[in-house]
Formats: sequence, structure tokens, C-alpha cells
Amino acid sequence: MTKKRPRYFLYHILVGGFAILLLYPVIWLFVSSFKESGDIFITAGSLIPNPFTLLNYAQGWEGFGGYGFGTFIKNTLVFVIWMLLGHLISCSLIAFGFARLKFVGRGFWFMIMLVTLMLPYEVVMIPQYIIFSELGWLNSLKPLVVPAFFGHPFFIFLLVQFIRTIPRELDEAATIDGANTFQIFYKVILPLIVPALATTAIFTFYWTWDNLLGPVLYLNSPEKYTVSMALNMFLSNETVSNWGAMFAMSIVTLVPVFVIFFIFQRYVVEGISTTGLKG
Amino acid sequence: MSSRLRSNLWGYLFIGPFIIGFLAFTITPMLASLYFSFTEYGLFDAPKWIGFENYIKMFTEDPRYINSLKVTIIYVFAGVPLRLAFALLVAMLLNVGSRAVGWYRTLYYLPSLIGGSVAVAIMWRNIFGDDGIVNIALKSMGIDSVRWFGEPTAALWMLIFLSIWQFGSSMLIFLAGLKSIPASFYEAASVDGANFFQKFFRITLPMLSPVLLFNIIMQTISAFMTFVPAFIISKGTGGPLDGTLLYSLYLFKQGFEYFNMGYASAMAWVMLLIVAVLTGIIFLTSKYWVHYESEGK
Repeated sequence: MTKKRPRYFLYHILVGGFAILLLYPVIWLFVSSFKESGDIFITAGSLIPNPFTLLNYAQGWEGFGGYGFGTFIKNTLVFVIWMLLGHLISCSLIAFGFARLKFVGRGFWFMIMLVTLMLPYEVVMIPQYIIFSELGWLNSLKPLVVPAFFGHPFFIFLLVQFIRTIPRELDEAATIDGANTFQIFYKVILPLIVPALATTAIFTFYWTWDNLLGPVLYLNSPEKYTVSMALNMFLSNETVSNWGAMFAMSIVTLVPVFVIFFIFQRYVVEGISTTGLKG
Repeated sequence: MSSRLRSNLWGYLFIGPFIIGFLAFTITPMLASLYFSFTEYGLFDAPKWIGFENYIKMFTEDPRYINSLKVTIIYVFAGVPLRLAFALLVAMLLNVGSRAVGWYRTLYYLPSLIGGSVAVAIMWRNIFGDDGIVNIALKSMGIDSVRWFGEPTAALWMLIFLSIWQFGSSMLIFLAGLKSIPASFYEAASVDGANFFQKFFRITLPMLSPVLLFNIIMQTISAFMTFVPAFIISKGTGGPLDGTLLYSLYLFKQGFEYFNMGYASAMAWVMLLIVAVLTGIIFLTSKYWVHYESEGK
């Protein structure tokens, strides 16, 4: 006992200190967003904003091109909602099919799905762009959200794994009670896979919120920009020294990510540990 | 309707969206991209068949391509092993029965959580600036400050550090793997007088190897496709001196800045081949180093 205490103390110093070191850049970004723009790099070593100012937030919130940052947040939320609808509906249907139904070619299609999991987006990027431009979908959310209604291999896989843990006796009991296949899906399985659907929703949110390549390819007028694109514009407009506004808006885009994580931590951690989803 | 036919119908009804999506958004574009890769294809004119010219040009006449390949290979083969080694080390540190571990796990995961965002790339760009906190820290340790944006190698390492910083998600996976190793294995080893390293190489690594295999494959593929940090940190240029011109970034520039759609498609297919070959090698060698519980007995 007497021997253990100092060792534990040392352990916490080491592990805790290292955690602070890792997160130091984020803390620095947060603190700097409250410093006067001109001071940020002059007092970069200090973690106390002196004088403390909210001016960066006011300036950043004004956005650019006549569109406030609120517009970009609203655009991103619309994008997120469509992606959520698409992934939740399509992936649960498809996963149920793979996990519970017997049909010719099931193994083949499941394998195809796993292979698409590893396919670099670059291989389909250019033809997709040409197809969507032929359809007249450029400068709209359609090229980004329509594919979401046809499933996403990661989430299908996650849900299949989850459904397989549900006892088949439940399905059989429902069949005896006269339920058809769709009713089994809707009334038996769907309520039981809510935790996995939560994981799907959370990661869909994260990936959509952070998505830069998609909006860069498909959205070109500022009134349609998402937050990640708006930040990118801040950077390319980076004039003499308005880092403050850019830092402030960076913090604004990180806040929802943190909030959702702290509320739904369990689903995030389980999602990663069970499927190896990249967060 | 026979019951077999009916169950087939139901099956295809449910997975139908996947098949339609696969045909429309994956296989058709893939074949189109394969065709474009053999053509000269700008934005405004129809694709013109030129055979293997794009592929030949890539490896013989385009030093920027060779450079981007080199930069990406360094990025992948330095970044992925370092990140995974780091993740394993921290996971082992956190695999103790302390109450604070839940907290540490959360803190260590945070960089991974936000790592893909533009905000973090902007942050990284600024902490490595000439007056940034990294140089302040170096100076306080008596080391000369580095001009991270002045020299291609330094700039590339800045990107590699960013990828290592996000070791959290792998750490969570390893931690789950470590927890599933029965404590009795270690107890038995201790009784036999095994030291820490023997336990690590004889128990921990073999037991974790299936998880490790999956992680190596997925991380290698995603590292090859890294785009956002290079795009933001170099402000879309891939500079200095193409030092951060990762493969995806160069492909994007060829396709959507210079409008060489044919050439960019050829680049995409070479990328697919590289990823496929790497995955194949990892899989094929895996039988020599991946240990599956059921087989050993």
C-alpha cells in the first residue's frame, strides 16, 4: 500500500501531463480567439488574453461576401439533416436485408459492399462530377446528399453486426403472430437497433460537418457555403492579420462536435471499439 | 408465389438501394474513369483516345507526379506506423484499473474527434508558424526554431505530426482489444517467470494481431487518401516546393484546377492499384503474423 501510492501519483503526473500537452494546441486556439488580433502571435506564449475581447467573434460572425456565419451554419445543418435521413433510412433497410433475409447472391453482394469500403473516393470523383454536372446538379446539395439514400458501407456493416446479435427467436415469434417481413423489420428489429442507429447518426453528423472536399467540388456560390468551406475562405482571404476572426469561427465550428461527443460519448466509444470506425 | 421466390424478392427489396447506388455511383463512374484514363479529356472537348500515354507521361515526364508519390509514401509509411505504435503504447498505459482512466481515454480521443476538421488544420498551421507555440517551445528547450513552411521536409513532417496527434481512435480500438485478453494468460506467464517484454511479444501482440491487421489496412488506405490537412495547411498549393503535395491534392489540382480530367483519372487508377497491391501484401503476409484464437488450438 505504502509502495503503491507514489507510483500511482507518478502515473497520473505522466499520463495527465501528457494529455494536457496533447490538448495544448486546442487550448491555445481557444484562448487566442479572445485576444486582440494583433496580439495573438506577439503573446503566443501566454495563455491569458490581456485585454480580453469578444471582437473576434463579432467580426467572424459577420462572415464575408454579404453572408453572415449564421448562414453557413444553417447551410451545414440542412446538409446534415439530409445526410442523416439518407443514412438512417437506407442503411437500416439494407442492413436488415443482409443480416436477416435469405436470398440468392447475398454473400456476393455483401462481399461487394465490403470491397467498396476500401475504395478510394478519387476513383469515382471525376466521373461522378461529370454525371452530376450533366444532370444540372452543380452548385446544389444534391450531388452530396442523393448518394446517402443508397447506403454507406461503414454504417451498413455496423448495423449488420448489431442485428446479428439480436436473437432470431424474436423474428420467429413475430412470424407466428402473422407479421410479414417488413413488419418484422419495422416492429421488431428497428426498435432494438436504436443504439447502433445513434452511432450511425453521430458519425454521419461528424463526417458531414467536417466534409470539405465535397462542398469544394460542388458548391460555388457563397450563399450555399458550409462551415468548413467558409473557414477555408477565411484562410484564403487571410489578410494582414485577421487571425482573430478565423480562430473565433474555428472555435464556433468545434463547439457542436464537442457538445455532441460529451452527450453521446458512450455511442461514439462503442462505435469505434466494435467496428474500427475512424472518428 | 413459392416461398423461395418470395424470400428472394424480399431480400432484393431490402438491399435494392445498395445495388442501385452501387451501379449508379460506384461501378459506372469507375468504368468511366477507367475509360477517361486512356484519353485526353479537358473540360470543354470530348475525350480523345490516347492509349497509355497518360500512364507513360506520369512516370517519365512529370517530376511533380513522382514527387507527390514520394511525398505520399513518406507520409503513409512514417505516419501510419508511428501513429499505431503510439496508439498501442498509450492503450497499454491506460489498460489499468484506475478510475481516472475513463477521463484520460476521453482526453486522448479528443484530437481524433476533431482531427478531420478545417478548424484543426488552421490551428496546426498557426502553431507551426514562425512565431507559433511549437517554435516557442523549441526555443525554450534551447533548440533552434524551425521554419516549418520554409522547407519541404519540415512541412511534410508537420503533416505527419498532425496525423500522429490523432492516434485516439486507434487507441480506443486497441484498448478494447487489450481488455479482451484474459488476465489468466499474463498470470500464467508471470508464474513461468516471463518478463515484461516476453509478455508483450508472446501474449499482447499475438492476441491483438487481428485488430492490428484491420487497423493497418484501413489506416494505410485512408492515409493514402489524405486531402484536407494538406489542402488547408498549404492553402491549396501543396507547397513549399511541393513538399506537402500529397497524391490526392495533386490529383484534385490536375482534375479541377488544370482540368486534365483524363490525366487525373489515370492518377486515380494508379492510386487504386497501389492501394489494392498494398492491401493484398498486408493480407497475404498476415498468415505469418496474425494469430486467430480458434486456429491455435
